[in-house]
Amino acid sequence: MMRHRLILTTLLSHWRRKPWQFVILLIGLATATALWSGVQAINAQARDSYAQAAGVLGGDDLDRWTGNAGLSISLTDYVALRRAGINLSPVMETVLRDGNRRLRIIGIEPTSLPQKSLIQSTDEAGSLADFVTGSGIALVSADTALPLPAILPPARVSDGLPPDTIVVDISWVADRSGRVAPDYLVSLKLSNADHLAISSVTEGRVKLQASDASGDLSRLTDSFHLNLTAFGFLSFVVGLFIVHATIGLSFEQRKPMLRTMRACGASSRALVIALSLEVLGSVLLAGSAGMVLGYLIASSLLPDVAASLRGLYGANVDGALNLQPSWWIAGLGMSLIGAFAAAAQSIWKAARLPVLAPARPEAWQAAHRRDLTRQGGLAILLLGVAVVTLLLGRGLASGFILMGSVLTGTALLLPVLASNILHWMEARQATPLSRWIWADTRQQLRGLTLSLMALLLALSVNIGVGTMVDGFRKTFLGWLDQRLAAELYVTAPDTATGLGLKAFAGSLPEVDAVLPIWSSDVRIDAWPVTVFGFEDHVTYRDNWPMLQTSRGMWDKVRDGQFALVSEQFARRFNVEPGDPLTLPSPSGGWTAEIAGVFSDYGNPTGAVMINATTLTENWSDLDQRRFALRVAPECITTVRDLLIKEGLPERSIVDQSRVKAASREIFETTFAVTLALNALTLVVAGIALFTSLLTLSNLRLPQLAPLWALGMTRRQLGWIELGRMLGLALFTALFAIPLGLILATILTKVINVEAFGWELPVFLFPLQWISLIGLALLTALVASLWPILRLQRTPPATLIGVFSNER
Amino acid sequence: MTNAIVSARNLRKTFPSDTGNVAVLDGLDFDLEEGTTAALLGESGSGKSTFLHLVGGLEVADSGELSVCGQDVTQLTADGLSELRRERLALVFQQFNLIPSLNVRDNITFQASLAGRQDADWTDHLIERLGLTGLERRYPEQLSGGQQQRVAIGRALAGRPPLLLADEPTGNLDEATGDTVLDLMLDLVRDSGATLLMVTHSARIAARLDRSFTLKAGRLT
Repeated sequence: MMRHRLILTTLLSHWRRKPWQFVILLIGLATATALWSGVQAINAQARDSYAQAAGVLGGDDLDRWTGNAGLSISLTDYVALRRAGINLSPVMETVLRDGNRRLRIIGIEPTSLPQKSLIQSTDEAGSLADFVTGSGIALVSADTALPLPAILPPARVSDGLPPDTIVVDISWVADRSGRVAPDYLVSLKLSNADHLAISSVTEGRVKLQASDASGDLSRLTDSFHLNLTAFGFLSFVVGLFIVHATIGLSFEQRKPMLRTMRACGASSRALVIALSLEVLGSVLLAGSAGMVLGYLIASSLLPDVAASLRGLYGANVDGALNLQPSWWIAGLGMSLIGAFAAAAQSIWKAARLPVLAPARPEAWQAAHRRDLTRQGGLAILLLGVAVVTLLLGRGLASGFILMGSVLTGTALLLPVLASNILHWMEARQATPLSRWIWADTRQQLRGLTLSLMALLLALSVNIGVGTMVDGFRKTFLGWLDQRLAAELYVTAPDTATGLGLKAFAGSLPEVDAVLPIWSSDVRIDAWPVTVFGFEDHVTYRDNWPMLQTSRGMWDKVRDGQFALVSEQFARRFNVEPGDPLTLPSPSGGWTAEIAGVFSDYGNPTGAVMINATTLTENWSDLDQRRFALRVAPECITTVRDLLIKEGLPERSIVDQSRVKAASREIFETTFAVTLALNALTLVVAGIALFTSLLTLSNLRLPQLAPLWALGMTRRQLGWIELGRMLGLALFTALFAIPLGLILATILTKVINVEAFGWELPVFLFPLQWISLIGLALLTALVASLWPILRLQRTPPATLIGVFSNER
Repeated sequence: MTNAIVSARNLRKTFPSDTGNVAVLDGLDFDLEEGTTAALLGESGSGKSTFLHLVGGLEVADSGELSVCGQDVTQLTADGLSELRRERLALVFQQFNLIPSLNVRDNITFQASLAGRQDADWTDHLIERLGLTGLERRYPEQLSGGQQQRVAIGRALAGRPPLLLADEPTGNLDEATGDTVLDLMLDLVRDSGATLLMVTHSARIAARLDRSFTLKAGRLT
């Protein structure tokens, strides 16, 4: 034990002489852990919120019954089931918007609700009578901001509810929505006999919904969280580059020490144990700091993420972090795995370290050549994997495999290409000095390889993601102009009011057209699809963002039996204009032909547009509260005032500019997280480059001292060093541009399509590239300055000392 | 042969080269009695250092027998060789091989501590005899070459090993400093009763030791 302690303390004494190296190791490990655990914290918080939302009605304890093939459960079937003695409780849901808030309203029938339901005991929050009689009670969580909109019953706080979820009596939802049939039924786990009875009584019209603790939200937001995870992992890997470089360098520096210890009788096993304990200690120190940093990063990003999830998916995610101990353990575990992965090579070398140093000085160059050959082979193999994945792969996972293999393969190729170019240049130099510069740069490549690869990854990801985001912004803004062509959008509190207001608006001379936006929600293969009803108007014919059309499309849709489908719908079911379409409807199914495909960015669910009359004829439980108004710009205020005077709440009228502003806000907050992670990755890559140069500068002195001795000034040597680093950074940045564009193409044409169901055009932004090249050069400049200043300040005695101490 | 601390029979060691394997030791027979100071002479490439490395368990012979401190080193595992180095012998190198992050005193006590045989009085005695008093807190980079080699000798003797192996210990020092260091080493070796086997090019240094062995083409002459 004492022997192990002595070896460990001797190993650790190295850091006393190189404190900055140790700090850099800790920074690398801490940043890697921080970015990864930060993203995981966000995901964990979101998942908690989804699970809480799904668990409102008992989660896994209760079964949920829905209409078959997307059909609603009819009141007749429900009554028949109750009469058959099966204890099923009806539930209706709706959404109420309150400013930027989206309130999920759950209507329950408390007397039939199973005992295990979280909200069964309404008596805890107030008497059952209060809940079902008079104005009723709205049960809310303590986290839901009060006051609630005035149309809701008085609020009463109840435990076990997620934020912005409100439980009311089912009659409230029925009255407001104009619907009578329940959205679904809930029950305790029923016997097989009951299952058979349900099937028999309803003739198969009611079925058990597959159990999923976290429900639709989890499925819908999977892609979003997967993207975050991918970025977190990328940052983690880039951070590990620093750890690998620092541990590798410290190993090289401590090689003589390790050999001396072996010569003094320390076994290789004892050295491996000591090195492993050193890594473990670093993880405990830096990993813990990283976790705290990750918590802070997550706290600062979570409000934006919550806003994005709310805007994109209608998911309510708590804006405050509430993390479980498992998050801390998992984060430290990941840090440990990463640190040992980064240190594995050094530990392996230590285990096999011969006590005597090899006597052949050329072995280093030969080993480097061998490494580069192996690296080139591995790069080609990975790029081959990318090609195969591109040709044969399907699904989001293969999209990420494609992206990962392209990124890693190209990063591995960088030093191989750089080495060959430098060799080629070296052979074409006329003077010994210029030959030395190229040869020496090639020799330095080995020490800089990892940091240059990290820089390449960070730059190309920045270009790729930047191109995607800017391209998306450009497309999205154009698309918003097309989609939001009407001047005013109205949402009435209920269907009756909506229909009345529509008629009123139609009578106003200031209004050019009233365009209904009626809808009904259906499910096709368990995927939620909204069927919209619209009336033919020049607004659509001139503006609607169509991706695929057919001859006489608008006329066909106006005449019924034709439908327009969203891009997500078309991709999901692999359909195009001319294909037949069957939508579940209360009458058993409505069949039409697809006439066109429109873009529907940002919508995680499917959308189908049909003629409004056809919609009302085939679907009974319609949401008819919404309509759009075409109004001359100078009449907007007048029309708005008239509608308010007619009794419509002011917040129910939204003008085009507000919708656009809100959409843009959702867009920006969605990508704020991505861009923040992007920037952090670049910062980490900058640190990686800085650390490599700083540590290399110690090894450089013996290489530079002979040149100084031959008559070159330290200033000249400094300029050469600076030029060399800027050259390498420029080469890396130029290499990053095509890689970034490939990445952008994969993101927009593969990942986006798989994750969200829509494809984006790729736009080029050369100014972005120039700024990133500038940033890369700046990073290299800053990273080079300190080592160069150190060289400038190195006293001649130290340079002479290189010769006297040379071994 | 009963009191031989190092004994080799038909020892063979080859190294790969561009033209095939080269035999550096080619059937070497060797005996060194306990308590002797001996020099191993020979031209470059004659196999002196290789033999010293085999004795020190730093390398493994291809064939033959080699007994060191009563142990057949050809049969020892890597851990067994580590134990031999730690417990039974010590090495002094031409390049000093000090641990740069440990100070003079810690460097001297390192191997003895590893073997669990730290003796503060003996360490103080060594520091004083080696002329390192007042330099105990300094680090190797703050010492001259002669001082560094004295620290290396102190480290080798701090655990009172029965066998000391030295590979041209004064090869990096000027003649005067080398003589001083050699005087100190011989005095301390004799004081501790250890056996010394030293590789050297210098016949002058060899003359100061009890015995001399000369190697030529991998065999004793």
